[in-house]
Amino acid sequence: MTDATGDGSQSGPMLAADGTPLKKSLARALRMQKMRALMLIAPLLLFVLVTFIAPIADMLFRSVENQIVSDTIPNTTAVLEEWDGEGLPPEAAFEAAYYDIFLAAERKEHTKLGTRLNYELTGASSLFRKSGRGLDDIGEVYQDQFKDLDRDWDEAEPWAELMGDPAWLSAQAAWTKGERQPAFALRDGVSDILPKTAREYAVFARYQQTEENKSPLKEEPWTAVHTALYEDLKAGDLSGYTGPRAEMLKAADALVDSPDFETITFQAGFEDIDEDWLAPDIWRTIKLYSSSYTSGYFLNSVDMQLTPDGPEARPENERIYMLLFQRTLFMSLVITFSCILLGYPVAYILSNLPSRTANLLMILVLLPFWTSLLVRTSAWKVMLQQQGVINDVLVWLGLVADDARLAMINNQFGTIVAMTHILLPFMILPMFSVMSTIPHSYVRAAKSLGATNWTTFWRVYFPQSVPGIGAGSILVFILSIGYYITPEIVGGTTGTFISNRIAYHISSSLNWGLAAALGAILLAVVLLLYWAYDKIVGIDNVKLG
Amino acid sequence: MNDVVLTPVGKKPLSFTLPVLAAAGGFAGIFVGAANGSVLLGILIGAVVMAVIGFLAAEMLGEAQEKPVRWGLIVLFGIAGYLFGGLPGAVVGLLFGWFFGWFAYWIAFGRYRAKLLPYLTSGQVLWHYGFRVICGAIFVFLITPIIVVMPLSFNAENFFTFTPEMLRFDPAGYSLRHYRDFLTNPEWTRAVKNSLLVAPVATIISVSLGTLAAIGLSQSHVPGKRAIMAILISPMIVPLIISATGMYFFYSKIGLQGEYIGIVLAHAVLGIPFVIITVTATLVGFDRSLTRAAANMGADPVTTFFRVQMPLILPGVISGGLFAFITSFDEVVVVLFVGSSEWQTLPWQMFTGLREQISPTILAAATILVGISILLLASVEMLRRRSERLRGMSPS
Repeated sequence: MTDATGDGSQSGPMLAADGTPLKKSLARALRMQKMRALMLIAPLLLFVLVTFIAPIADMLFRSVENQIVSDTIPNTTAVLEEWDGEGLPPEAAFEAAYYDIFLAAERKEHTKLGTRLNYELTGASSLFRKSGRGLDDIGEVYQDQFKDLDRDWDEAEPWAELMGDPAWLSAQAAWTKGERQPAFALRDGVSDILPKTAREYAVFARYQQTEENKSPLKEEPWTAVHTALYEDLKAGDLSGYTGPRAEMLKAADALVDSPDFETITFQAGFEDIDEDWLAPDIWRTIKLYSSSYTSGYFLNSVDMQLTPDGPEARPENERIYMLLFQRTLFMSLVITFSCILLGYPVAYILSNLPSRTANLLMILVLLPFWTSLLVRTSAWKVMLQQQGVINDVLVWLGLVADDARLAMINNQFGTIVAMTHILLPFMILPMFSVMSTIPHSYVRAAKSLGATNWTTFWRVYFPQSVPGIGAGSILVFILSIGYYITPEIVGGTTGTFISNRIAYHISSSLNWGLAAALGAILLAVVLLLYWAYDKIVGIDNVKLG
Repeated sequence: MNDVVLTPVGKKPLSFTLPVLAAAGGFAGIFVGAANGSVLLGILIGAVVMAVIGFLAAEMLGEAQEKPVRWGLIVLFGIAGYLFGGLPGAVVGLLFGWFFGWFAYWIAFGRYRAKLLPYLTSGQVLWHYGFRVICGAIFVFLITPIIVVMPLSFNAENFFTFTPEMLRFDPAGYSLRHYRDFLTNPEWTRAVKNSLLVAPVATIISVSLGTLAAIGLSQSHVPGKRAIMAILISPMIVPLIISATGMYFFYSKIGLQGEYIGIVLAHAVLGIPFVIITVTATLVGFDRSLTRAAANMGADPVTTFFRVQMPLILPGVISGGLFAFITSFDEVVVVLFVGSSEWQTLPWQMFTGLREQISPTILAAATILVGISILLLASVEMLRRRSERLRGMSPS
């Protein structure tokens, strides 16, 4: 502050020492301060965003991601787009599926697709695995006949000469292993006379070059190319063709036109592999899941399924996730209530005892809090099992017969007891910090005014301790709803939480989309509670011991 | 405080002493009786024995003979226990003798009222002690599981349960074999080594970044403070399984999955909320005029930080660091997903051991970990007091 108001002659804004207006100078100082604070926070914020928030966002994205269907069988999904879902799809769909699955099988990706579709339609996995092996049968019909006509049809070089650009041919011939392969190019005009063959051969050649690092000049084309050739020869007229290998091609054309040339429709070929291909179910499922993003995982995680007529509840006997969510909520509530029940007296006595004694007893609360989670869980395993300490003591006392020991572990009881013990400090600490601020004089005043013990507690003390209960309960509930380790070890099959199901889908069933959807729902619940906690208690008021 | 007598005490009439003691004896008799075959007989004998003791103590011998009576009871009960149940019975008997000797005098001479306000009704006195018993039971619930693990870790057999030898206090029932296994088995030693490689580095990252951010957050006028705080605390709130799977996918994408760096980063981020919470709590009591005074005397911000602010908040920083350390040292869910078999940590090893229930070596590890956590707890407690002293608060 300066002598700006020294004498009345000076008018205008107040000035700082350096002559700038005070308002401006203060604003600049404030801005500087803000900047400095943000600079201090920035590294950590960035760190948390990259190592923590980004991974979670990435995982949540998986719950709607569904590119695998349209990536693996793009042509099929394009054809099915036109299909109305009634009866069987057109022959074009079978044809597209033939080429798509053929390539996917070469890439070993058809099983992944099968696994994906199996989440929606049981049996899809084995259907696709079978088809990967069986599709060669369709092509071999044509390959064998062409080969019998001319052995060159099963050789690498004649095919390359027929399909490849001459410049590419010479470049490829000069190629040696270790160098970059010259990119395959189709010969001018070949895709006009043999469109499908050219397409399939290009797919084959590029696959050999990029994924196998082999020269198309050395590799015989796979059977899908022969199938495509048959399709082209049947449809087109090659009489005017004068390019390389013209005779060989014309002979093949003549063979295809002859009446005793053996053919097979795509639909019949698929039927030979598995009759399930002639059931509309698989086609409907593919059509339903052909979009890049799907709500299917989320529907699955609330026991519904996507059908052509929109979302529908699953049959009664297939509903498991709602049950699991309910159980998780129920058990978390029970745990929270047991924590309140056990924590309240302890917090009360700790805040009302002389501080020396209270500090000593506080150690009994803090020691479990500092003890490794696994130690506590293993301790409960030791305590609760059939040959465990509690059962031993009960048998020794004669309260329980030796052959009728209580089953206290691998069920809900075990999970609730162990988790109540583990989370109890999280209830006691916030309660304690609230209760130790309640003045004793209120209680004494109430009593001197004639209130009974109960009235004093219920009308005077308890209402003041409610914020502690609230803070502790939300914290315990948030922590318990997402617990994994303890239910996994002492929960058996009936005492497990939704977290255990998520872990199962991640590491055993590999249905990552479903795991991500279940995780997203759990996370939403937790964040809602977190928000409530922030509103009610304030996150900067969390205390740790 | 302990010696203040608020209410004068005196001998109680026999019509009060005898029924109360008989009831207590009967209650204890239920268990002794059940253990030996007949509950009814147990209640009867217990009640009679306690009534006799009460009569002897109150009427015949009086307070003058208290010491010899109580010692006599301890010995008598101990011998009786030995006859009934061998060595463990003797231990229980000695405890019973000690307790009932004290209890008989406590009741008979009205000592239970000494520390209470004189105007309390007997119902209030009863509730006062009843409440204490309930709280005691809850404390027992809190601490027993941790205590029980310790003797079991000296088991000579490969069991998770007390063997008859252990209950007879037979030295043959005890051994250090699980500790030997823990210290020599390469699986365990490697796990310990991995944990010790990961935890300190993760702690250093979270403490250094966390302290800086906490200082930034403690300044006034931080835009979006609440949102920033919410993000920084979130690793503690988000269920670990979600963090773990998210990190698993993301770290696999960028090639950190199964790598040392990946585990360290994951653990560092999990430890950050604890550092933020403890350091911000310490900064609440920090007198900001000290930094201004330092600046006034010509110190640059860096000097001010290291010579003025840091020494004052150091206890908070260290206890935040200890929290971060124990978080990493104890973390298993994220390691299960982000780690690899090459980087198995101690909690991982314990988790798989627990699931497959291989050997009580887990209990030896657990006992050692309890020892470590007692050490950590003691140091955090010491630091907290020191911090409060430094900030001019009286340590509670």
